[in-house]
Amino acid sequence: MTAPRRLRKELVDLQESSLKSFRDIKADDDNLLRWTGLIVPDNPPYNKGAFRIEINFPAEYPFKPPKISFKTKIYHPNIDEKGQVCLPIISTENWKPATRTDQVVQALIALINDPEPEHPLRAELAEEFLKDKKKFVKNAEDYTRKHSEKRPAD
Amino acid sequence: MDSDNDNDFLDNVDSGNVSSGDDDDDFAMEVDMPSSTERQLETDDYQYKVLTIDEIVLFQRETIDEVNRVVKLSAHITRILLNHFKWDKEKLLEKYFDSSDDNTEFFKCAHVINPFNKLPEAVQQRQTSRSQCEECEICFSLLPPDSMTGLECGHRFCLNCWREYLTTKIVTEGLGQTISCAAHGCDILVDDVTVTKLVPDARVRVKYQQLITNSFVECNQLLRWCPSVDCTYAVKVPYAESRRVHCKCGHVFCFACGENWHDPVQCRWLKKWIKKCDDDSETSNWIAANTKECPRCSVTIEKDGGCNHMVCKNQNCKHDFCWVCLGPWEPHGSSWYNCNRYDEDEAKAARDAQERLRSSLARYLHYYNRYMNHMQSMKFENKLYASVKQKMEEMQQHNMSWIEVQFLKKAVDILCQCRQTLMYTYVFAYYLKKNNQSQIFEDNQKDLESATETLSEYLERDITSENLADIKQKVQDKYRYCEKRCTVLLKHVHEGYEKDWWDYTE
Repeated sequence: MTAPRRLRKELVDLQESSLKSFRDIKADDDNLLRWTGLIVPDNPPYNKGAFRIEINFPAEYPFKPPKISFKTKIYHPNIDEKGQVCLPIISTENWKPATRTDQVVQALIALINDPEPEHPLRAELAEEFLKDKKKFVKNAEDYTRKHSEKRPAD
Repeated sequence: MDSDNDNDFLDNVDSGNVSSGDDDDDFAMEVDMPSSTERQLETDDYQYKVLTIDEIVLFQRETIDEVNRVVKLSAHITRILLNHFKWDKEKLLEKYFDSSDDNTEFFKCAHVINPFNKLPEAVQQRQTSRSQCEECEICFSLLPPDSMTGLECGHRFCLNCWREYLTTKIVTEGLGQTISCAAHGCDILVDDVTVTKLVPDARVRVKYQQLITNSFVECNQLLRWCPSVDCTYAVKVPYAESRRVHCKCGHVFCFACGENWHDPVQCRWLKKWIKKCDDDSETSNWIAANTKECPRCSVTIEKDGGCNHMVCKNQNCKHDFCWVCLGPWEPHGSSWYNCNRYDEDEAKAARDAQERLRSSLARYLHYYNRYMNHMQSMKFENKLYASVKQKMEEMQQHNMSWIEVQFLKKAVDILCQCRQTLMYTYVFAYYLKKNNQSQIFEDNQKDLESATETLSEYLERDITSENLADIKQKVQDKYRYCEKRCTVLLKHVHEGYEKDWWDYTE
């Protein structure tokens, strides 16, 4: 089995790299295939909060891609109400076994900071983002204030 | 027709001495003489071949070799290039020579490392330090260099990970020719030689071979799988066009679209029609049988109770009317159950309005029903073949020879052919705008249809062993007539295509 050895190493590497925008990275005590972490975005309107995500690795990892879902509600064109996210790097067609989780997380953070309304999961938010940016920013800020987690102090 | 092709081919290959060329031609002419005129026509017209899986693989190899005689690359690279150009060798060669000054872009587009370039630096570096262990970027193990391998792009992984990666792509994702290197962001394709080398499991290899053969057939414009269930043949044509092709399994289909042979209607209209039928027919049948439109606002109404006093549920309309006559409800009063207002002008006007709304549906159903009717009848003709076979056997016992009873089978053949043509004439007619030529077409259609029905009747009912001698002439006359009318109809439609007679409704 490739998965446990690789996952353990990836987890340690990620924890040691102490990224500012992805923290609090943990695997479940009894399940190395399920990780959680806290996304801390830099760009408005999401820079007033932090967002908990879950990464689920399949047993066939790294030959099949991990799945990411948001545990914290977020007002974002590329993330739906259930917390599902559309991230090309982990789609079955694009997935490469040599892609590491830190690269996946970097791609996710980039997507959060700069939404891609061209491939939306929530069309109505994408439309608002494109047609009435001000309104979108305000809604997203309100939503972040109301639902997101506190950002770490440092 | 195949044998003719082979003869030509062999002639060309075998006759090393050019001077004997004329003799060969004469000889070939003599050989062709005994073949029936029909066969000759088909041969001259459109020379297609039915290929088995092995022949497809062979054809694939020949195509690669042919290109390689010009470009002189490794066969596995040429295969990827050909696949990129959808197995259009002319296009590949054209692009290849267009880019002969700098072919970087040419190879990059096809996701192949340019074989004329020196090895990328990464590879060179690794090759110089081959003595040390390398880390596999997939399983993170440190391994000696001989357990590691990679493509020309220089990304190396251990043999186990390669095997696992390729197996996942082939078995669970069904990818063949389009598997790329396992490195993050690398789009260089894995060639077939590498796959075969790295995948030891025979079942996975077989699956891979199937996948690349399938993509070869599906990409290649000159090939099409026979669409018949469980048939593994493919048809190879000299040029792609809407043509009648006859597979070795017996199935006859249109090369361009893969549907049953559908002369006289063209592929694009048939496609539209099939889609329309899939979308509409059940629904519209139900709508026609169970609903009416509100005479004021035209909203579709389903009657779900016994009372004929209808109140339109459209909040902007709320029209009161009678379900039976579609006239306003008010004058019906208490005697509604007789609907004695049935013939009044108002009600008539309402019905006329509804009639117009419904006419497009009725028009569709008119063609649809006739189309379906011939399709159904064709299915029954299979039963007819069985009963005709039985009759033929009976007759042979009643002092008729084998040859004398063959007309019956021929008659059923022609009956089926006419039904199939008729079926598709209704698709053609549905999209056709009325003009003088379309009226001639409809006359032809009517004529063929009534003759076909008569023939069908003879074959189903009228033949008994007693009246056989009498009816034989009648059947023969009728099927000859049907055959002739069918040809006339098709010729007329084809002439129309050439001379641009046909206008379409959509």
